[in-house]
Amino acid sequence: MSGPSILLLHEVTVSFDGFRALNELSLDIEEGELRCIIGPNGAGKTTMMDVITGKTRADRGKVMFDQNIDVRRMSEPEIAHLGIGRKFQKPTIFENLTVFENLELSMKTDKRARTSLFAWLDDEANDKISDTLRLIRLDGEAGRQSGLLSHGQKQWLEIGMLLMQDPKLLLLDEPVAGMTDDETARTGELFKSLAGKHSLVVVEHDMAFIEQLGGKVTVLHEGSVLAEGDLATVQNDQRVIEVYLGR
Amino acid sequence: MKRVPFIVRFFSATPKQGWIAIAVAAVVTMILLPALHLLVPAGSPFHVSAYVITLVGKIMCYAIVAVAMDLIWGYTGILSLGHGLFFALGGYAFGMYLMRQIGRDGSYQSDLPDFMVFLDWKALPWYWTGSDSILWVLFLVLTVPALVALIFGFFAFRSRIKGVYFSIITQAMVFAAMLFFFRNETGFGGNNGFTDFKRILGYSITAPEMRVSLFALTAAMLLATLVLGRYLVTSKLGRVLAAIRDAESRVMFIGYNPLHYKLFIWTLSALLCGIAGALYVPQVGIINPGEMSPANSIEIAIWVAVGGRATLIGPVIGAFIVNLAKSFFTMAFPEYWLFFLGALFVGVTLWLPDGVVGLWRKLREKRAQVVAK
Repeated sequence: MSGPSILLLHEVTVSFDGFRALNELSLDIEEGELRCIIGPNGAGKTTMMDVITGKTRADRGKVMFDQNIDVRRMSEPEIAHLGIGRKFQKPTIFENLTVFENLELSMKTDKRARTSLFAWLDDEANDKISDTLRLIRLDGEAGRQSGLLSHGQKQWLEIGMLLMQDPKLLLLDEPVAGMTDDETARTGELFKSLAGKHSLVVVEHDMAFIEQLGGKVTVLHEGSVLAEGDLATVQNDQRVIEVYLGR
Repeated sequence: MKRVPFIVRFFSATPKQGWIAIAVAAVVTMILLPALHLLVPAGSPFHVSAYVITLVGKIMCYAIVAVAMDLIWGYTGILSLGHGLFFALGGYAFGMYLMRQIGRDGSYQSDLPDFMVFLDWKALPWYWTGSDSILWVLFLVLTVPALVALIFGFFAFRSRIKGVYFSIITQAMVFAAMLFFFRNETGFGGNNGFTDFKRILGYSITAPEMRVSLFALTAAMLLATLVLGRYLVTSKLGRVLAAIRDAESRVMFIGYNPLHYKLFIWTLSALLCGIAGALYVPQVGIINPGEMSPANSIEIAIWVAVGGRATLIGPVIGAFIVNLAKSFFTMAFPEYWLFFLGALFVGVTLWLPDGVVGLWRKLREKRAQVVAK
C-alpha cells in the first residue's frame, strides 16, 4: 500500500548543546495510516513530535505536511490550524475548567482573541461536543471539573480534545500510560476506528497495545530510524533486539 | 437556540443577585452617602464627614485597581508587580490638567506650574501641549497607560517570559519609572509631584459638591468594572485565559495564540488602572513618584490575595480590608503598619489561600453539610 503522504520528515537533524537528539531522521506517514513508534528512552520520540508541532526548530532537514506545506517556520498555533493535533505524555487538560469547557475550547473554529470575546455557542457546536462526550465515554461527567477525573478519564478527555480539533494527523505520546487493561483495550478500539479518516502516529512502550493496533511499526534509536515494518518483523530484527537487550 | 444579541449577553453575564447588590451599592454610594454628607449638618450623628467620603472614594479607586489586577493575576495566572505604574500614569495624566487649572493662583502667579517656575523654565515642555483641555487629558488617561502596557507586554509575552521572571521584570519596570519621575528634568514635578490643585472645569476642587461628584463617579466606575469583569470571565475569552493559566502549551497546541489573549487582558487591566489613577488624584489632592514605589505595587497583589483570587468581589473586599486597616494603623501605631501588612500577607498565604471569599465559601459549604446531616 502506498497512498499520498500526510507527513514527511526528510533527514531532520536537531542538536541540543552538541547532543544530536535527531540524527538525519526520515519518516513517511501515509494518509489514513496508523503508525506506531517505539524506541528506548532518549531515542528522540518526543523531540520528533516537538519538531512536527513547532515547539522545537529543526537544524536541518525537511518537514512537509500534506505533501507541500513546510511547517518548519510555523508557530505552534499555526501548525495546529493546519490540522495536526498533539497529545502529551502527561495528560494535559485545563484542570479548573469543566469537561464540557475543555472540549468547547478545543473545537475547530476561529480562535482569535477578538472572536472569542464575542463568541457564542450554537446548536451545531453543542451537538458536536455531545457526540465527542459519548465517544470518549464522559457524557455523564460533562459538568464536572476536569481536574477531578481519574487518570484514565483525563487521558480520554485529552484524546477527545484532539478529536474536537478535527485534525488530519494525530500525534499521540504514550496515550495509554497509566490506564487499566480495560481502558487500554477500549483506547485501541477507538484508535483503530479513527484510522482511515485521520492519520495517527502513536508513540508507545506497551507492546501488547501496539500488537492490538496492528499497524506499521518504526523503531527509533539515537535519533534515527533503526527498523521499520510490521511488529513481528521488527521484533525479530537483530539490531532491534540488540538495542533493547544490550543496554 | 436563537442567537442572543451581544448587549443582552453582556448584561446577563451578571446574575440577578449581582444586579441587586449593584443596585444597593449604587443607591448607597450615589444617593445615600452624598446626601448624608451634603444635607445633614456637621453636628448630627448622621453626618458623613469629608474624611470618610475621601477615604472611601480613595479605597474605591484602589478596588478598581485590585479588580484589574485580578483579571491578569487571578484569572490568567500572570502576577504583575508593576501595576502601580499604570495607576500612577493615569494619575499623572489627569494631574497635568489639574496643574493647568491652577492658572495664576500658584505661589509664583505664573501661567506655568510652580515647579517649572522654580526650575526657571520659560515655556511648557512639548508633552504638556493640550494639557489645559480636559478632553485631551482624558484621552491621555485612556491611552498612555494602555499603550505603555501594550508595548511592554508585547515584548515580554512574545519572548515567552513567564512566572516569577515576569513578576521581577514588572517590578523593575515600575522601579525604573519611579526613578525617572523623581528627576526634575522629566517635567512632572520631581519628588514633589503635583499638588495644591484648585479646580476642575472651573469649579473648586474642595467644594463638597465636587467631592461627592468624584465619589459617585468612582463608585460608578467600580461597578462598571465589575460588570465588565463578569462578562469577560464568563466569556469564551475568559475560559481561554483560565486555560492559559492551567496549561499554556495545550492552549497553543489546540490552535490559540496566547500572546494575543495575554496582551488583551494585560492592556485592559492597565487601562482600568489608569482610569482609577485619574479618579484618585483629584480626590486625594496629590500625585508623586511614591505611587510608583515597588512596595505600592506589591500591596496591590496583597489586596487581591486577601480578598480572594479569581473572584470578582474578592479584590474589592481585600482592598477595603487592607486599606481600612492601613488608615487605622497608620493613625494609631504608624511604625507597626508594615509589620502588620507583612504578617497579613504571610497569614493569608498560609491559612487562606483563597482569601476571605474562599473562607466564606468554605464556611457555607460546611454549614450546608451540617444541615444536610
